[in-house]
Amino acid sequence: MDTMEWVRGSLDHCVKCTICETFCPVSNVTPLFPGPKYVGPQLERFRTDDGSPDASLDYCSGCGICTTVCPQGVKIAEINSQARAKMKAQRGIPLRDRIIARPNSMGRVGTPLAPMANFFLKNGAFRWLLERTLRVHRKAPMPLFASRTFQSWARRHPPLTRATKAVVYFHGCSANHFEPRVGQMAVAVLEHNGFRVIVPRQDCCGLPLQSNGLFDDARRYVRKLARRLEPYARRGYDIVATSTSCGLMLKREAREILELEDDGDLRTVSAHMFDICEFLLDLHERGALRTDFRPLDMRVPYHAPCQQRGHGIGKPAIELLGLIPRLEVVDSDVECCGVAGTYGLKTEKYDIAMQVGAPLFRQVTEVATEVAACDSETCRWQITRATGIPSVHPIELLYRAYGLS
Amino acid sequence: MNRDVVVVGAGLAGLTAGVRLAQAGLRTTVVAKGPGATHLSPPTIDVLGYAPDLVERPTAALDSFVAERPNHPYARLPAATVSASADWLRALLPSLAYVGTIEENLLLPTAVGVPKPSAVVPEAMAAGDLRSGGRFAFAGLRALKDFYPRLLAENLSQAKLPTGVTVDARAVQLNDPGAEADVSSVGYARMFEDREFRSVVAAELLPKLEPGESVGFPSVLGLHEHRTTWLDLQDRLGRTVFEVPTLPPSVAGIRLFHALRDAFVHAGGRLLLGSTAAGAQTHDGVVTHVVIQSAAARPTPVEARWFVLATGGFAEGGLFLDSYGEVHESVFGLAVSGVPAAGEPRFVPRYFDHQPLARAGISVDERLRPLDLEGSVAFRNLFAAGAALGGAEPWKELSGNGLALASGFAVASAIVEGTS
Repeated sequence: MDTMEWVRGSLDHCVKCTICETFCPVSNVTPLFPGPKYVGPQLERFRTDDGSPDASLDYCSGCGICTTVCPQGVKIAEINSQARAKMKAQRGIPLRDRIIARPNSMGRVGTPLAPMANFFLKNGAFRWLLERTLRVHRKAPMPLFASRTFQSWARRHPPLTRATKAVVYFHGCSANHFEPRVGQMAVAVLEHNGFRVIVPRQDCCGLPLQSNGLFDDARRYVRKLARRLEPYARRGYDIVATSTSCGLMLKREAREILELEDDGDLRTVSAHMFDICEFLLDLHERGALRTDFRPLDMRVPYHAPCQQRGHGIGKPAIELLGLIPRLEVVDSDVECCGVAGTYGLKTEKYDIAMQVGAPLFRQVTEVATEVAACDSETCRWQITRATGIPSVHPIELLYRAYGLS
Repeated sequence: MNRDVVVVGAGLAGLTAGVRLAQAGLRTTVVAKGPGATHLSPPTIDVLGYAPDLVERPTAALDSFVAERPNHPYARLPAATVSASADWLRALLPSLAYVGTIEENLLLPTAVGVPKPSAVVPEAMAAGDLRSGGRFAFAGLRALKDFYPRLLAENLSQAKLPTGVTVDARAVQLNDPGAEADVSSVGYARMFEDREFRSVVAAELLPKLEPGESVGFPSVLGLHEHRTTWLDLQDRLGRTVFEVPTLPPSVAGIRLFHALRDAFVHAGGRLLLGSTAAGAQTHDGVVTHVVIQSAAARPTPVEARWFVLATGGFAEGGLFLDSYGEVHESVFGLAVSGVPAAGEPRFVPRYFDHQPLARAGISVDERLRPLDLEGSVAFRNLFAAGAALGGAEPWKELSGNGLALASGFAVASAIVEGTS
């Protein structure tokens, strides 16, 4: 059976139990989105090649929680993602969506011009103009460009000598262009644990293109990336990612949403793909993680992003951070921060995204003594933008506790 | 990965076992595709409601009930265990304020106005007990589907109560500022957590109430801040307010799920939601691994000393009927008992009649270890709890949550006793 058939075919397993709707962060704050069950397994039966009878699907943020919690295994988010791409192809894709879906291209332009590009991004008038022309909300969180890419740092970084084991690092666009420090800290933590870190040349995984309905481009990117990483996976190297949503793209989403189940490269890469916290906790379980942590005197709210939960691995970050003396970690019981990649940037969705995230922002503000922790970059930017509290990848706390700074 | 226990399933049975095992210091993983029936059904612990006549005193009824049904899971669960499990839940979750014992059943109104026997129930529902009769007003919310106070009140007024008392019930439809679109019970639960919304509702409702009336609301009085929401509404109305379970989704059930999940994680348990237990590895009469399929295209065998099957029955996917009419257990490939022999009818036309296939499920020994077709223990370190157990008809007996809680509780005891 091809992917399309079993992803779409899974809707027959829907028993209309509404569990997805109790979790859906969007339909719980706005009537503009009638919920994953209604828009997914129900409406899908009415969609024909002539189009979708209902446009409310566009208000799905694509967070994927519905699929994660469905006890019947219905691929709700995947069905909706495919239907949205078709709908957008029929109704036209806004220029904005074509631009914000390309963080790598933005990075290629922005990184060399970082001081100037950042000046504009921080400039209220420019953001106002951006809102008026492209409908990117002026208050939405936008990352600043780093002046030097992570790739350029990694090429000059001397590899660990006398290492007996090696691991591949998939940094994604964010660590490359916006937060190279996250990549550097990941490398340092892995090296501290005796790994030689291999950083292959790599480009975007196509996730933002996929969430904006640009499936053909997304397929091109993810296939190219899989071709780059596959030789390592085939030789048995594990691949770790700090960008939890891009890691999930390579593990599962591209295969199911973009119908690439038959792509052998992607399957091999998926089989060796690890979220970095998953990888480190696995090491710990085997007694191979160094635990020479110094105490960190702080209370940190931790938010497991929707895409992190999509991995189905629990919340390894909490167990890892629990190894750090005197660090108090408070797990957020909130479903979503609202931003869902590029959703919360869009003018017409910004308010919804902020409403979705409101309970999380309250918790972060109440709990944090210094920083919040979260595995996904866009969620971190959203949390920081909304609360003013710096948000870090869990790897940064491990890095600090190892005394690597 | 190496754990002490892997529990498959995150419904009431799986989470109950998980919490107790984690609290006993065992490294416990609960793996589940998603939440179980907690999200769909009321959180009342219904131990035994019909046998087949209405049961007023479950403890007293259990002996003869089990004597007539030697294959029923309650035959493996002494009343003392059932009672201990209820005491345990009450103590574990003070925020839900469970009241009642398995000595006697309360009679609580359902959304369609049927008095339903329940033993141990959240305090906010207990006040709807109909056994002494009384005067009740049932409040309907404008945008809430599937909750029609008039249907409820009319049916309830005509209901025959065993004690002979009558219930005076009427409907009050509110024109609350819910929303223009239809709102789910979860949506209303969020709205009720807002003081302003409660004050508007109370202001509209107060003049419509008559002296001496208790007020029944659909069970949407807060999700995360239920207790304060409920008590505040009671204060504002100056009379007893109680909750009536709704059709799915069940906000009150979600509160139970949250509370158990939090207790599990707080006790150090590891919850893998959104993953599938795709199979198991066994060796020499012992389960060695459960194979977990997460998002990555690699099956992950998780080694453990004990395993708990809490995957539910047909509805939950724990059991399935293939196109050849064979019944299978999904994870360990266990023998399923109670399946009608070839050529015998599996189903009968009338839905509410006794369905021959309905009692199919896993047979267990006195320690709740699944048996093979010859009646021997299938695997020495595998236990089963909840709706996967055969021999029961929970929807007819009103025994579902009672069985889930007691069997999850008992499985944990059996494992913990095995460690010492």
